[in-house]
Amino acid sequence: MKRRTFLKNLSASGTLAGLGGLSLESCVNPYRKHITILHTNDVHSHIDAFPKDHSQFPGLGGLARRATLVEQIRSENPNTLLFDAGDIFQGTPYFNFYGGELEFKLMSKLKYDAATIGNHDFDNGIDGLHAQLPHANFELLSANYDFTNTVLDGFVKPYRTYLLDGIKIGVYGLGIQLKGLVTQELYKETQYLDPYDVAYDCERILKKQEQCDMIICLSHLGYQYQQEDRPNDLELASKTKYTNLFIGGHTHTFLDKPTVVKNNADDHVLVNQVGCFGVHLGRIDFYFDALKNSTSKGTHITV
Amino acid sequence: MFLKIQQFVLFVTIIMLSSCKEKRSELIEITAAQVSITDTITKTESIETFVLPYRNRIYEVLDSVLAFAPNTISKEDGRYNTTAGNLMADIVMEQANPIFKLRTGNQIDFVLLNHGGIRSVISQGPVTARTAYEVMPFENNIAVVELSGPSVLELITYLISSKRAHPIAGMQIVLDQKGQLKTLTIGNKEFNKNRNYWVATTDYLVNGGDSMVFFKDALTVTPIDYLIRNAIIDYFKKVDTIAPIIDDRYYSLE
Repeated sequence: MKRRTFLKNLSASGTLAGLGGLSLESCVNPYRKHITILHTNDVHSHIDAFPKDHSQFPGLGGLARRATLVEQIRSENPNTLLFDAGDIFQGTPYFNFYGGELEFKLMSKLKYDAATIGNHDFDNGIDGLHAQLPHANFELLSANYDFTNTVLDGFVKPYRTYLLDGIKIGVYGLGIQLKGLVTQELYKETQYLDPYDVAYDCERILKKQEQCDMIICLSHLGYQYQQEDRPNDLELASKTKYTNLFIGGHTHTFLDKPTVVKNNADDHVLVNQVGCFGVHLGRIDFYFDALKNSTSKGTHITV
Repeated sequence: MFLKIQQFVLFVTIIMLSSCKEKRSELIEITAAQVSITDTITKTESIETFVLPYRNRIYEVLDSVLAFAPNTISKEDGRYNTTAGNLMADIVMEQANPIFKLRTGNQIDFVLLNHGGIRSVISQGPVTARTAYEVMPFENNIAVVELSGPSVLELITYLISSKRAHPIAGMQIVLDQKGQLKTLTIGNKEFNKNRNYWVATTDYLVNGGDSMVFFKDALTVTPIDYLIRNAIIDYFKKVDTIAPIIDDRYYSLE
């Protein structure tokens, strides 16, 4: 197990820290709550580990090992959620042979909570994806694909919320523009909506109406692009106000640590992605205390 | 100063009371780590057991012997045409033409694939479906493109100037000593600039892959809905011995 950490103290206010201590002591039941978020992306049907002589990922990955790790983390902290940021399908004969059935069944066994939809998840057509839904005991979330005139209408939610240990967590999904990436016969009448506008709406609803304590975006937009001006996670993170964590995919970006981005409300938020093929598992731990001051910017981020 | 402290204490008290009452939470700390899935982590036995029959079935299908190759088949063994290239182009012609004919009433005139699309040699010995996955790992489908005579000439010019043995079938290209086009025969007939031709290729190339820009002038595109890899597997099942040769479909008078 490899953990790379360095301390990045983004809080500046000693006064607020003192204030926090004061109010904590005065409460009858002071509490500290802990939510663990685990995530994968672009696993691309890599159910088996890579062989030991593989040039790029020797001996890495494998779902049976990921299962052990996830279970171990869940036993340490039952308040754990597990997400995937899309491109579950395509990449090994498991997909060619079984059309995604095994991927969905295994993700259900690992108790994934939700996934967003990647472009390759349309590789057997929107009907192929629809056909595998009975094998998924987790939610498919996509806020910017409008499936109204397709078989997926009613099967994909824009967002959902989870309540763990009194902490309300809002999660929404975003997908990449399919035109030019996937042939239209595969995605059919799926409409792609501007992911930024949709993200602003989702996070506002989750924050203001649903009163979420933390908000996560599952994005298959891509981490960033050198050449083209396409929607990407880093830009999205800088433009949003309430989303705390962006779990990304598509660009197969291996990050040593999550990227800290200053958002549109001057808060620091995280953008993470764990490469591809299930060789890494992303882990983000969120710690909560009783509300002290709504304007406090005292979140310590250690990545 | 004294007043300020008073205000501060009052402020703290209000915040404190409201927080205890509403039980609202505040995010105070985030830690993160990328955890490698290494072979030091033990496998969950129930998952492994669940996957096993799926894996065995794949291995059984992929590794069952479909045909035999007396010699290694490579895309590097000829200058203008190669054993692997000829095999692939001939397979596309043989497997796709009946489907195309059934659907449209027309015949494929010739085939053009790309040299880079052949991803592996076929080693001497037993040939399996796994071989087809190695040779063609991509999900590329066969498509038949209708090209005008001038567009076909553009295609030939591209082929000659690329100096690569892009796989072809159904036509013969002969170059003179200077490397210029001497004769072009399509379907045993001399090339006719005034007619259109049906060209079988892959959807990847039709969409501009490998800089085959002449496909943008396609008059029509007919998808065959047949993966190249499946065409290869079906061909392997059909024949016993796979022994393509370097022939005279494309050569230079030297």
